[in-house]
Amino acid sequence: MAKEKTRVFLQSNTSLLRKLDLISLLDSMTLGVLFVDPARRVIAMNRFLEALTGYNREEVVGIHGENIIRSNLLTLGDPVGKALESEKSMTQEGDIINQSRKKIPIRFSVSPLKLITGKKAGAMLILEDISLLKDLDNKIHGFSGKEHIIGQSRKMLEIFELLPIAARTDASVLITGETGTGKDLVAEAIHKASQRSRYPFIKVNCGALPESLLESELFGHVRGAFTGADKDKPGMFRLAHGGTLFLTEIGDLSLPLQVKILTVLDDKEFFPVGGSKKVSVDVRIITATHRDLGKLVKHGKFREDLFYRLNVLRLHLPPLREREEDFRLLLDHFFREIRANLNKKIKGFSDACLTLLSSYNYPGNVRELRNIVEYAVNVCPNETIRPDHLPKALLSMEQASSSSFENQETTDSESMETAMAFPGTMPSSAIPAPGGWGDVERAMIMKALTETGGNRTNTAALLGWSRSKLWRKIIQHGLK
Amino acid sequence: MKILITIHKNEVASRFDLTSEILIAEVDAGEIAGEPRIILLPGTSGEDICGLAIKENISLIICGGIEDTHYQYLKWKKIKVVDGVIGPYEQALKFAIANTLKPGVILPGASIYGEQS
Repeated sequence: MAKEKTRVFLQSNTSLLRKLDLISLLDSMTLGVLFVDPARRVIAMNRFLEALTGYNREEVVGIHGENIIRSNLLTLGDPVGKALESEKSMTQEGDIINQSRKKIPIRFSVSPLKLITGKKAGAMLILEDISLLKDLDNKIHGFSGKEHIIGQSRKMLEIFELLPIAARTDASVLITGETGTGKDLVAEAIHKASQRSRYPFIKVNCGALPESLLESELFGHVRGAFTGADKDKPGMFRLAHGGTLFLTEIGDLSLPLQVKILTVLDDKEFFPVGGSKKVSVDVRIITATHRDLGKLVKHGKFREDLFYRLNVLRLHLPPLREREEDFRLLLDHFFREIRANLNKKIKGFSDACLTLLSSYNYPGNVRELRNIVEYAVNVCPNETIRPDHLPKALLSMEQASSSSFENQETTDSESMETAMAFPGTMPSSAIPAPGGWGDVERAMIMKALTETGGNRTNTAALLGWSRSKLWRKIIQHGLK
Repeated sequence: MKILITIHKNEVASRFDLTSEILIAEVDAGEIAGEPRIILLPGTSGEDICGLAIKENISLIICGGIEDTHYQYLKWKKIKVVDGVIGPYEQALKFAIANTLKPGVILPGASIYGEQS
C-alpha cells in the first residue's frame, strides 16, 4: 500500500517538474547557465549569462555555444566534448572574454543532458564568475609571492631580479643563507610565480626526521613494508606531482638518501619503500641549506654529483647584518603587522631602543628581528617601546654600553644611522660584539675602496650609496 | 589594404588570444587580389598576432572576442579592429570588402541553417 502511494506521489511530481518553466527558474540564479545540443549549438541561456556575455538570448539560439561564451575550454581539454561523449560531469576553471573585451575568470561546471528516455540531448554549462575570489587569492597570496619578501638593499634587489628567472625555468634551485634569512619564503615565491603554481608546493625538512622515516616520508611506502606500515603511503614526491618539492636543510641528508634523490632527479621515477612497482613523477626540486655544501662535498659528507645537480641556479640570501638599508624597513613592517594583530596603540620605539636594536648582531637574522619586535609589542604597556621592553639578551648588551647611548640623541632614521655603535667613533665600552654591524660595514667599505682603487664615486656606486653617505661613513669609521 | 582574419576551421575564431590560424587577404579596388594566405601559427598568443599584424602592415583585423589590451594596442598602432564577429570567415571577408562588417555581428552563415564548425 505504502509503495503504491510513493509511486503515485512520484508520478504526480514528475509531471509537475515537466510542466515547470525551467528558464524562468534559472533566471533567478546568480550563475550563468547555458544549454547546448549535441552539436554544441545554443538551445537556451539564462539572464545572468546574458549579462556575463553581453548577448541577448533570442539572438544566439542555434549559434555555436563557444562563439557566445568565448571561453578557453578547448585549451583545457574540452570538458564540453567529454561531457557529450562520456556523459560525465566535470568542473574546470578558465576564463571568458565578454562583449566589453573583458577577460573574466570563470569556474565552469559541465554536465551532460539526458532525456527521460535515456537519449543524449546535449550539455549544460554553469558559469560562475570567480573574479572576486581570484582578487582575494591574489591579495592573500600575492601574484608573484615577492610581495612578502621585504627589502631594498642592493643584495636583495639582486635576489628580486633572479626570482622571475628562477620561476620561468624548471631547473633545480639551491637557496643558501644563514638561518632566518627567508629561504622558505624565497622557495615559495619561486613556486608561486612559476607555471607549477596551480599544483602543490610541499616542504620537507630533511634535518627533522631520522633516515628511515625520511625515506618513507619522501618516497612513500607500500603496506607491510615495515612494522607499522598498515597501509600504503604516497610520499611527498607523489603528493607534489606537477608542483614543487622544497627540500630544506638538504645538507643534513644522509648519503644513502642522497643517492635515491639523485636517481629521482635523473630518471623522474622511484620505487616506494618496500614496493616493486616504479612510480613516475613530474616534480620540480628546490633545495635550501644553511650549511656550506661545498665544504661538505670536500669532507665526503655530501655527494658531488648531487651537489652539481641541485646547484643549477644558486640564490644566496644575505644575513640581516649585511642589509643595513632593509633594517628600518623590516622593523617598521613587523611593528605595524604585530601592532595590528595585537590591537595595541603603541606609537613606536624610543631613540635609545632604536639605537640598541640597530647595533645588535642578529645571529637569527630576520626571524630573530621579528621575534624581538613581537616580544616588545607584547610587553610594552604604554605608547613607546623602551629598551626595558626588549628581550633580556638585548638588555644585557644595552647595560654594557648604556653610558654612550645616553649621550646620543636620535630623531629620525638618518640620525639613527649615525648613532649606531661603530668601532672607532665610540668609547671602547660601547663597541658592539665582534662581527656586529659596525665591523661588517667597515669591512664592506674597505673592500669596495680596494676594488675601486680608492675612487669614491665608484665605491659609492658599488655600495649603492650616495657620495655624501659614503663620506660620512668613512669619517665614522676613521677611514679618512 | 591588407585584412587579417583569425580563423578556426571555416569560421572566425571565437578568441583572438587563442587563435592558431590566421588568414591574410589583400584587397585592391574592392576585389581580393591574389589568393588569400592561410598561416598556421606555432602557438597561441595575442601578442604574437599583434606583432605579426604590424610586420605584415595589416590595415584591418577581423576577429571574435579580444581583450581590451590587445584591442587598444592595435588601435594605437592604427590598425582597425572589427571584433566580436561570429560566422564563416569568407562571409566576414565579403562584408568587410563591402564595408558593411560591424563589430559584434552574427553573420547569416552562423545560424542553425549555416555551416557549423
